[in-house]
Amino acid sequence: MSDPKTPPTKLAGTPLSSAQFKGGEIITWDDRYTVEYDWDSGVAIAAYLDGLKNGKLLASYSPSSDRTVVPPRTFDELTWKEIDDLRCLPGTGRVNTFSLCYVNWDASRRDDPLIPAVIELDGASDGMGILHMLGGVDPEAVHIGMAVEAVWKAETERQGAITDILHFRPVAEPGGSGDLDAAATSSPTAGFSDVDPGATKSDTDGTQGEDS
Amino acid sequence: MRRQVAIIGIGIEGLSPLSPEHSYREMIHAAAVRAYADAGIEPDDIDSAVTVAEDLFEGVSIFDEYTPDQLGVVLKPIHTIAGDSLQGLGAAALQIATGAFDIIVLEAHCKASNISDIGELETYALDPTWNRQLGYPAEALAGMEMARFLHDSGNTVEHCARVVVNNRSHALANPRGAFGGETSVDAVLGSHPEFAPLRAAEKAPAADGAIVLVLAGREAATAAGRRPVWIEGLSWSSDHAAIEARDLGRAGYCEQAAGRAFTMAGIDDPKSAFDFVEVDDRYAFKQLQHLEALGLCAAGESGPRTGDGDFGPGGALPVNPSGGSLGAGHLYDAAGLYKVAESVQQLRGDAGALQIADANRCLVQSWRGVPTATGGVAVLSNHHE
Amino acid sequence: MSKTGLRRVAAVGAGMTKFMRRALETPNELAYGATSAALESAEMTRQDIESVVIGTAPDAFDGIHMNGEYLTDGAGGLGLPTLRGYVGGGTGVFSVIQGWYMIASGVFDTCMVMCEEKMSPCQPHPQGAFVTIFDHTTERPLQPNLLWIFALEMNRYMSAYGINKRDIARVAVKNKHNALDHPAAQLGAEITVDDVLESEMMAWPVNRLDVSPTSDGAAAIILAAEGTAERITDKPVWIDGVGWALDTAYWATRDLAYPRYVETAARRAYDMAGIKEPRKEINIVEPYDPFTYKELHHLEGLLLADKGGAPQLAADGVLDRDGDMPSCPSGGLLGVGNPIAAAGLMKICELFWQLREEAGARQVPGQPKTGLAQAWGDLMQVGTVVVMRR
Repeated sequence: MSDPKTPPTKLAGTPLSSAQFKGGEIITWDDRYTVEYDWDSGVAIAAYLDGLKNGKLLASYSPSSDRTVVPPRTFDELTWKEIDDLRCLPGTGRVNTFSLCYVNWDASRRDDPLIPAVIELDGASDGMGILHMLGGVDPEAVHIGMAVEAVWKAETERQGAITDILHFRPVAEPGGSGDLDAAATSSPTAGFSDVDPGATKSDTDGTQGEDS
Repeated sequence: MRRQVAIIGIGIEGLSPLSPEHSYREMIHAAAVRAYADAGIEPDDIDSAVTVAEDLFEGVSIFDEYTPDQLGVVLKPIHTIAGDSLQGLGAAALQIATGAFDIIVLEAHCKASNISDIGELETYALDPTWNRQLGYPAEALAGMEMARFLHDSGNTVEHCARVVVNNRSHALANPRGAFGGETSVDAVLGSHPEFAPLRAAEKAPAADGAIVLVLAGREAATAAGRRPVWIEGLSWSSDHAAIEARDLGRAGYCEQAAGRAFTMAGIDDPKSAFDFVEVDDRYAFKQLQHLEALGLCAAGESGPRTGDGDFGPGGALPVNPSGGSLGAGHLYDAAGLYKVAESVQQLRGDAGALQIADANRCLVQSWRGVPTATGGVAVLSNHHE
Repeated sequence: MSKTGLRRVAAVGAGMTKFMRRALETPNELAYGATSAALESAEMTRQDIESVVIGTAPDAFDGIHMNGEYLTDGAGGLGLPTLRGYVGGGTGVFSVIQGWYMIASGVFDTCMVMCEEKMSPCQPHPQGAFVTIFDHTTERPLQPNLLWIFALEMNRYMSAYGINKRDIARVAVKNKHNALDHPAAQLGAEITVDDVLESEMMAWPVNRLDVSPTSDGAAAIILAAEGTAERITDKPVWIDGVGWALDTAYWATRDLAYPRYVETAARRAYDMAGIKEPRKEINIVEPYDPFTYKELHHLEGLLLADKGGAPQLAADGVLDRDGDMPSCPSGGLLGVGNPIAAAGLMKICELFWQLREEAGARQVPGQPKTGLAQAWGDLMQVGTVVVMRR
C-alpha cells in the first residue's frame, strides 16, 4: 500500500523571481486596505493615557497578588480579582533587554539604529517591564541592567499616548563617570554607519550592569 | 456527542450600539465574571478555553495574543477560532467529548462600534482575484441573494418587512436588546433601497457585546447546584467559497449543517421538534430563507406564516423571541453565541418577559454574513437521561 | 489533561507544495496542491474526508479578510464542517491538535488538516504587516518591528546564560545543510558559522542568516481514527500526545530567557503520551526555528536540554541528523522556508515521513519510533506540542 518513492514527490508550486516581476512578465494588480479603528480604551488604559498626557507613568497595585503592574489593569490576570488602585511610578528603571535595530518596520534599511528595549520600571514589581525606546545614548554603551530614566515631551506636545515619553536615557550610575550630559544631547545618528557587526558586541555578553 | 456536553454558565455584557466605558478586555472580563459565578467555578477549574475572533474585525493581527488574561486562563490551553461562534461552540464541545477536558470556557465578542466602516471591511473578504476588482461592496451580494430567494420561493418583500416589524417588537421586552421598537411594514418598505430589493431597515444594526459560556462534560454538568442545558446536536458547514458556484437563493450551508445536527440529535421531523428557534436574521430575508432551509416549514411558506402570527411568541413556533439581530442588535460572528445564551435563559425558565411557555428544546442557527456561505446549527435542550 | 481511554488518532497521509519566496499560485491553488498530494499519498479521495481543519496565520499577509472562508475550497471543505484555529505561529502544529480533537471526540473518523500561507502579496515587504500584532495603544505608536521581539529575546537569552553567537549560528549551518535534502526547500545551502556572523546586521544581535525567510507554501496531513487508520495505511503514525499553552499578553513582564509556555505545553503532551524521560524517549525533535536561537530556546523549554545547555548540544553535534537528538532533520524553517502556518505543519509532515522510514536522504538512522514537533507564536506566548509514534 505504501508508495516506495520518497515523499514529498511531485511538489506543486511555481516559484517566481523578482526579476520576472520587474521584467513585466507577471500580471499583477495593486490593492490597498484602508480600515480605521477607534478602539475603546476602557477604564485602565484611559487612565494610563491620561497619566501620560500629564507627564505621569501610572501603574496599578493588585493586593491579591501583591504586584504593582504596568500598564494599569482593572483586574489581575493571575488571581482574577479586581484592581482599583492607581500608583504613580518615578519614571526610572533598568534595561531588561535591548536591540540595535538597523531595519525599519517596512524592512527598509537604516544607518543609525533604533534601540528598542524592555525597561523594568522602578516602583513596579520585579520583572514588570514595558516596551519602549532608548535614546540619547551611544548604542555601544547600552547594556542589560543599565539604569535609565524617561525623557518626556514638552507638555504642549503630549497627546495622551505612549509616545509622550520620547525615550528612556541613561542616568548616572552611583559613583560612575556619568557622561550624562553628553549622552543626553548627542544625536543617535552620529557616527554609527560604520559599526562592525562582528565587533559591536563581544561574544561574552554577560554584562549585568557592572560596566557601562 | 449528543448529551455529553452541557452549558452550565452564561454571562452577557451588552448589547448596546456603543460601549466606550470599557475596552474589549474589560467587557469580556465582565461577562466572564458573570458566567463563572453562574456556573459556580473559579478560573482554576477551567481545563481549556476557546475564543472567537477575526483579526481584521479586531484591528489586530494575531488577535489570540490578547485573549487569555481577561478569562483568567494564562498558560492554560486556549485557542482562537477564526470563524463563527457556533464553530467556537463546536471547538469547545468536541474537546469535552474527547474525554480529556471537563470544563471549558468559550468567549465571543463584538466591538463593531470601533470599526469605521464594516462594509469596507467585508469587501476585503471577497476573492481578490475574481471579485474585488469589480468594485461592488460585499453587501451587494445580500441584495442579489434576496432577489434570487424571493424569486425562487415566492415570498415577498412585504413578508421580509414583516420580519423586521416582528423582531423589533419582540426586542422591546428584551432587557438586553438594543433596538427594540414599533415600526411598520410601510416604514420598512419606505426605507432607503440600499441594495435593492434589500432596504436599509432590513439590515440588522450593529451592536457591541460580549458573551461567555461555561461548558462541561456530563459529570461536572450534573453536579449539585448546576442547571445544565444540553447540546443535543451541533454542526456547521461551508458551501462554495466561490460566489459564482453558489445557488444564491439557497442557504446550502444551513441545509448541510442542519442535516448533521438533526441526525446527531435524533430529530426526524424538525417541524415539530422545537419549542422555539433563534435563527440568523442579519438581513430580514435571511430569517425566511433559514426557516425554509432548516425544514421548519415548506418552501414558500415562511413569509405567509410570518404574516399570520404562527412564528410569534404565542404562536405554533416562536421565531427569534429575543428579537433576533434586527431587534437586539447584530454581533457579527458573536451573534450565534448570543442566541445560545438567550436560549439557555429560555430553557432554564429564566427569560422573564421573553419566556416561552414549556420551553424544553430549541434550535439556534447562525450565518457568518457576506460574502461567506458558512453557518452553524445547534440543538439545545434541558433534558437528560 | 491525563485521561486514559482516549480514542486514538493517527496520521495516514501527508503532502506539501514547494516553499517559495513568491508563488505564482493563488492561496487556494497552493492549498489544493497540498491537500491533493496528501490524498494521493493515502490513496484516498475527498469523499473519504469528514471534517477539515484550516490553518493560516495573519490575514494581513494573504491580503484576504476571513482567509479561512476563502480557503475552504482548496482545503476540500465544501459542504463539510471546517474549523480554522489560530494561534499565530503556533498554528501549524496546533492544526494537528485540532484534527486530533475532531476525531478523538468520536464525532468524525477522518480529518484533512491543511495549512497555507502566502506572504508575498504583502507590500512593500511582509515584515511590515507584523506591526499590527503589537498592542494598538501601548506599543504600536512606537512603530515596532517584528525583528525587535526576537532580538530582545535573543539578547536576554544570550545574556542570561553567557551564550555566544557562534554557538547559535551553528543552528543555521545545520538546518540549511539539512534542507539540501528536502525537495520543497527554499533555502538549502552549505554555509559556515562565519557566513552567519558576517551576514548583514539586522537588529543586534540578529544577523540576516539568523532569520528564516518569508515564504509562500502549503502543507496537509490526513488524520484518521483507530480502526479506520489501519485500513488506509499499514504504517499509521499515532498522535499520542498533544499539549498547548498561551501565556499572558503582557509579554514584557515575563522572563524572556526561558519559554515557560513551551514547557507547560510539553508537559501536557508528555503526560498524555506517557513519556517520563523525554531525553531518552524522544528520537527526533522538530522544534520551531524561525530564528536560530529559537531552536535552542525551545529545546530547553521542551526539557530536552538544560536551561542554557542547548548551545552545547549544537556544538557537540548532538542535534545533527546522525547525533543522539536529531533536531530539525527537515532543515526547519531556516532551511525549508517559513510560510508561517504551513511551516509548523511541514514539521509534522517530516515526522510522519521520518517515522515511516520514508524520509530518503533526510532519514534519521536507527529506526526512530517517537518524534516531537513544536511550534511557537504570538508575542513570545504560545507553545504547541505534538508527540507522534509508530
